[in-house]
Amino acid sequence: MNAKPKSIDEVQSLVRQAVRILPGGGGTKPALSAPSEGTELLDMSGLAGILEYVPEEFTFTALAGTRLTDINLLLSEHKQYLPFDPILAERGATLGGTVAAGASGSGRYHYGGIRDFLLGVRYVNSQGDVVRGGGKVVKNAAGFDLPKLMVGSLGALGVLVELTFKVFPRPEMFATLCRDCASLDEALEVLYRMFSARLDIDSLDLEPNQDHYTIWVRLGGWEEALPARLERIKSVLGACQVLNNHEEAQPWRQARELGWVPDGWSLIKVPVTPGRIQSLEAGLANKPVLRRYFAGGQAAWLSLAEPPMALKGLLVTHGLSGLVLFGTSGSPRLGEFPERSFYQRVKTALDPLQRFVEV
Amino acid sequence: METESILSALAQIYPSARLLTHPAQLTPYESDALTAYHVRPLGVVLPESQEEVIETVRLCDRFQVPFVARGSGTSLSGGSLPIEGGLVIALNRLNKILRLDPKERIAVVEPGVINLEVSKAAAPFGLYYAPDPSSQPICTIGGNLAFNAGGAHCLKYGMTSNHVLGIKAVLPDGEVVQLGGESLEGLGLDLVGLFVGSEGLFGIALEATLRLMPKPEMYRTVMASYGSLHEAGDAVSQVVASGLLPGALEIMDKLAIQAAEAAVHPHYPEGAEAVLIVELEGDRDQVELEFKLVTDVIRASGATNVHVAQGEADRLLIWKGRKSAFSAVGRLTPDYLVQDGVVPRSQLGAALAEIQRLGAQYSLRVANVFHAGDGNLHPLILFDGREERALQRAEQLAGEILMMCIRLGGSITGEHGVGVEKRAYLPQMFNEVDMGTMKQLHRAIDPHELSNRGKMFLN
Repeated sequence: MNAKPKSIDEVQSLVRQAVRILPGGGGTKPALSAPSEGTELLDMSGLAGILEYVPEEFTFTALAGTRLTDINLLLSEHKQYLPFDPILAERGATLGGTVAAGASGSGRYHYGGIRDFLLGVRYVNSQGDVVRGGGKVVKNAAGFDLPKLMVGSLGALGVLVELTFKVFPRPEMFATLCRDCASLDEALEVLYRMFSARLDIDSLDLEPNQDHYTIWVRLGGWEEALPARLERIKSVLGACQVLNNHEEAQPWRQARELGWVPDGWSLIKVPVTPGRIQSLEAGLANKPVLRRYFAGGQAAWLSLAEPPMALKGLLVTHGLSGLVLFGTSGSPRLGEFPERSFYQRVKTALDPLQRFVEV
Repeated sequence: METESILSALAQIYPSARLLTHPAQLTPYESDALTAYHVRPLGVVLPESQEEVIETVRLCDRFQVPFVARGSGTSLSGGSLPIEGGLVIALNRLNKILRLDPKERIAVVEPGVINLEVSKAAAPFGLYYAPDPSSQPICTIGGNLAFNAGGAHCLKYGMTSNHVLGIKAVLPDGEVVQLGGESLEGLGLDLVGLFVGSEGLFGIALEATLRLMPKPEMYRTVMASYGSLHEAGDAVSQVVASGLLPGALEIMDKLAIQAAEAAVHPHYPEGAEAVLIVELEGDRDQVELEFKLVTDVIRASGATNVHVAQGEADRLLIWKGRKSAFSAVGRLTPDYLVQDGVVPRSQLGAALAEIQRLGAQYSLRVANVFHAGDGNLHPLILFDGREERALQRAEQLAGEILMMCIRLGGSITGEHGVGVEKRAYLPQMFNEVDMGTMKQLHRAIDPHELSNRGKMFLN
């Protein structure tokens, strides 16, 4: 039986009683919420609810166990959104899990990712005390930026209980374009052309397929200006297909929910840069690994039937590191960890009782 | 004894022209843009390479001599104020753009590179470095990074922190670390995000990998005048409520307008109690449409005059007026304090009324310049330092404004940092546990508090 606290007080007393504890949310990224032996799982999904939302402030504050779908729904009622497409929303991902995993999606291309939208945090520390960092306003430079430190912290520093986010007005309408390219060279050439086109696009993904590559482009804005902007994008993109209205959201939903990953397969996120895609693709050639490059080629999803460890050697060879979301690997991290010594200082300072896991 | 030894050890690294110890040489380094504070350092070194910086930090660690890294000294919170008996490490000569990769849209720069130089170097490729503090023609990236500098265009694309991808730094004990990398996405804790804005307490950045963005295809800048500050504030709420996301939303009050007009003649409308500057940026078709929408909102908001920037020169003139406001106020008064606080946007009206009331209560004039879109206030408190206790009164008034920001749910600093100026107010915003956590982090990186000692925290 996992403990399922309903209040921050309860989280505090559970942390104080625990020997070693791992907070979990909706369990949508199972590799990150699977406690190792001797570690207790703290089910945070009961600590849910939106505490404060003033649309004209462009901010909201919610408890960590709040589901993304609840947030997305409320925001859309006020024509606002979290532009970075947090992943696995419909599968039940929570706000806390999304922050702890640093789980931005395709939409981080235009305005930035979780790190750029998280304004404030409250978390329960090693001693069971509640710590607050950041604030509730869109601009703040007071004290160390603890909210950023929590992005990708995987439960290593504490149990997130409350989060404040910046939100943006949601574009009135979206349109999506896709273009198939026969080779990677061609696809990358188109990708770079899109970068320098000075057109405000919201998402730009590269999807390798069996015998071709597909480039996905999403454009949001005012309905009235959209047709003219679409024409311009088409002229940069070349021969492409345009999706509108209901069809338009489908490929992004598929990307966000990682619906293309077969059941039981491993999934690893790997930060890259567009310039490194070519060598990574060469390294993966003839390997049964499904891939998708998102946010303008700034990160890759890699999926394989084997355990994640099978890719460790390749990541090390390429000087890359990966975060395991699906699959059993012993450690959530694969490959290089050049920041380890600085991390160790932070970890020792903030988790002196070693109640939380290592990243 | 100790100081004798560190100076002789430094003399092994630096020729005498780059190791300053004579009082006349030290004077320019005694203060930064928080001019009311002066401290004479033990000495100033002018390193010309990263190796020299690392060696210097290691000597400071060996001799337990505190140090302050300094760029152009534009900190308004006293962030680069020297430490008594400590060393100033002036980084202006580490001013190389080490790599500019227009294809990958990144620049790797040394800490002494001037903010605007990054955009200049990127301009031929249609790129720019987005954070634009008012001091951008002189302030350095190292200082921007240490204090998470902001500017007028933070609403849409964020502050310095949102544009730094990687940092190579020397920690206070001499260890050299590489944080982050070249990707916009990271893995594990966001240590780059922690380092940015740490006010120099975590050591010295030797290299920063910056994200460059494509220059917006089009800007549309509208300047509207209002009969009261309150109406200008309301107009901001209406712009925001209309679903627009402008690149910048700025307000200046009458006193600030007068000062800017006297200094750089930006042709701000005469007789206005407040001006609102709205700037839209992005691709052509979108911006043209938003421009129509925003002018409708502004015309309906009771503006007495609406001026649309005609061409780039006119636009830059409007911004010149805005960005010179701090220094321009110097023409109206012998001395002034620049404040920096944040309130929720919906509280702007209440905050401005309270500042007005406090100004009257203290018999001090206050000019207001603010990033209205962010709720970031910059009250400029005018005083005459020759009058007895005038500085103390101005500081007291500034303190009351900060307490008001906290009460309204905001922050004591939006972009200038805590520095020495607001050390007493940080514990008003954060409780003992929060402060304790930050101090634990500080001690874990710098147990002897050698790096920029005395900033952010009161001892």
